Amino acid sequence: MEAHQTAEAHQTAEAHQTAEAQQTETHQSEARQTEIRQAELCQVQARQGSILIELKNIEKIYQMGEEEVRANDGISLTICRGEFVAIVGKSGSGKSTLMNIIGALDVPTSGEYFLGGEDVSDMEEDELAGIRNKMIGFIFQQYNLLPKLNLLENVELPLLYAGIPARERREQALASLERVGLKEKWRNMPSQLSGGQQQRVSIARALAGSPSLILADEPTGALDSRTSREVLNFLKKLNEEGNTIVMITHDSSIALEAKRVVRIHDGKINFDGDVNDYAAIL
Amino acid sequence: MTMLQSFKLALKSIWSNKMRSFLTMLGIIIGVASVIILVSLVNGYMSSVVENFASMGVNQMTVRLTNLSSRAASVEEMYDFYGEHPELFAQMTPSVSVSATLKRGNDSLTATSVGGYSEEYLGLKGYELEIGRNIQYADLLSRNKVCVIGYYVAAELFGSPEKAVGQTIKVNGYAFQVAGVVQRQDEDDLEEGGSDDFLWIPYTVATKMSRSADINSYIFATKSVDDTDACKALLEEFLYEIYKDDDLYRVMANSEMLDSLNEQIAMMSAMLGGIAGISLLVAGVGVMNIMLVSVTERTREIGIRKSLGAKRSTIMQQFVIEAAVTSSIGGILGILLGAGVTGIAGSLIGIQATPTPIAVIISFSVSVGIGLLFGYMPANRAAKLNPIDALRSE
Repeated sequence: MEAHQTAEAHQTAEAHQTAEAQQTETHQSEARQTEIRQAELCQVQARQGSILIELKNIEKIYQMGEEEVRANDGISLTICRGEFVAIVGKSGSGKSTLMNIIGALDVPTSGEYFLGGEDVSDMEEDELAGIRNKMIGFIFQQYNLLPKLNLLENVELPLLYAGIPARERREQALASLERVGLKEKWRNMPSQLSGGQQQRVSIARALAGSPSLILADEPTGALDSRTSREVLNFLKKLNEEGNTIVMITHDSSIALEAKRVVRIHDGKINFDGDVNDYAAIL
Repeated sequence: MTMLQSFKLALKSIWSNKMRSFLTMLGIIIGVASVIILVSLVNGYMSSVVENFASMGVNQMTVRLTNLSSRAASVEEMYDFYGEHPELFAQMTPSVSVSATLKRGNDSLTATSVGGYSEEYLGLKGYELEIGRNIQYADLLSRNKVCVIGYYVAAELFGSPEKAVGQTIKVNGYAFQVAGVVQRQDEDDLEEGGSDDFLWIPYTVATKMSRSADINSYIFATKSVDDTDACKALLEEFLYEIYKDDDLYRVMANSEMLDSLNEQIAMMSAMLGGIAGISLLVAGVGVMNIMLVSVTERTREIGIRKSLGAKRSTIMQQFVIEAAVTSSIGGILGILLGAGVTGIAGSLIGIQATPTPIAVIISFSVSVGIGLLFGYMPANRAAKLNPIDALRSE
């Protein structure tokens, strides 16, 4: 009798454990399901031809003297048109390397990168320049405006390199400045503006050529919280208008503003999912 | 991006870095200006020398003889030769220079060039008499102690040419009567040892005074400058017949000296131009330096431009054009400065100096060339910058 009881108790304990295990599994499978949903969504969209970024097993290896540094160690990532993705990671995680590759500033050591269906992974420097010019709008942490050009000329730059005639260039640049609410100040020099305004100019510049992808590298890194808010809201608005945005940040709270979060750790993706799931694991 | 845009961009960049651009140009300005100034001044100076030289008579040739006891050309032989070629020679005179001191009362002149010539010397020099008469054939024959003097001598010793005629001058103690005074030659200066300070006597008297019967020097004038080569050849042939050794005589045509003078001038201006050219080269290195600094300073700008889609060639074009425009502007300013200084310096020295077109063209194209050449290296460096590293630089 005693033995039976003991056995029963044992069973109960086991059942408890199993239930716990099952619960964990459910959690994991939910996460997986989100991923799957994401992938399905993308697949659906892919059939409609709207995969924008496709990274397949990207590796970037730097040779530091004797040592090899694997900045990106087998990253695969698919981003569709219209997404707002935050790539988050600590410094040294490899997120900047990934940004350089996505931004066509650099090519991977191995792996494939398709941007808008074009294989970017083994392009020559000048071809990359063309891709950057036509497909990507950069927003940098330090704004990176040219101090000796006025706002209009700054915004005109990518159009200039695209070979767009002067009149059209001016119109497009002014329209772009209007979108960020700085049309009236087109004559001003960047140094006459506040940080938030300068960042808006750099957004205008990024938008000027109507690129497929807006790539923002720590866009709020140099701004106070109020102007950061402004810029983030603006990015959200751009996304709602249909622009694809990839934002690189080290700050998880900023990443939460996106719709999808990809976390990089030691050169690998260790989270990729909906922003709500990301919020849950924080 | 079109060339026009690149030019606009270059001008803009030069203008927005005024100080740096000016310092870059300074080397070119000085280089170009010094080439123009040196070459123009040398040319101006030399052409005034040539002018003076030409006025000495390019149709003249001097014959110098070394008379040995066994072989000598006498005055009679020379005159015979001269007489045989009236179609070629216009004048001829033996030339006996005498070192002498002129005295009249307590006044004396020591720098006066004193020489014994024939009656044809006045015509040979192309001078006219102010007053009096020339030395005459009869004076030569009878060894009359008469003389023809320059304006300076007349003015110094007698006060004026009018007062001089008929008076006597003591030449090394011998009294000579002044037969005539030559018209003033140098309108600007009347000075000791100048072109108006001379005294001519019959060569027959001069040989006596110098105590040597031989005459070692003759001056021939040809009728036409074009005949100088033929005349020289003829003279040499004649003299070889007498001497059988071409070391014993020498015929020097003034036109030849003019030629060699011109050659020397060309060489000298080439040399000076070359030296000034070195300063242009140094200026080029200066351009390269500043452009390199500019590339380093603008690394971030290059990174930004590249991230926005500027190709290598675009960046390259931007920097090369900037270097070329900088050095062209420097070149133009250098030409203006050079022309200005040349004009001022020329009028100060008192010569006619104008910038030669050749100097202007060469120095300008060299400066632009240097800008392109030395702009290329920094431009290439800029073009090759990696956009990531460039963006990261501060």
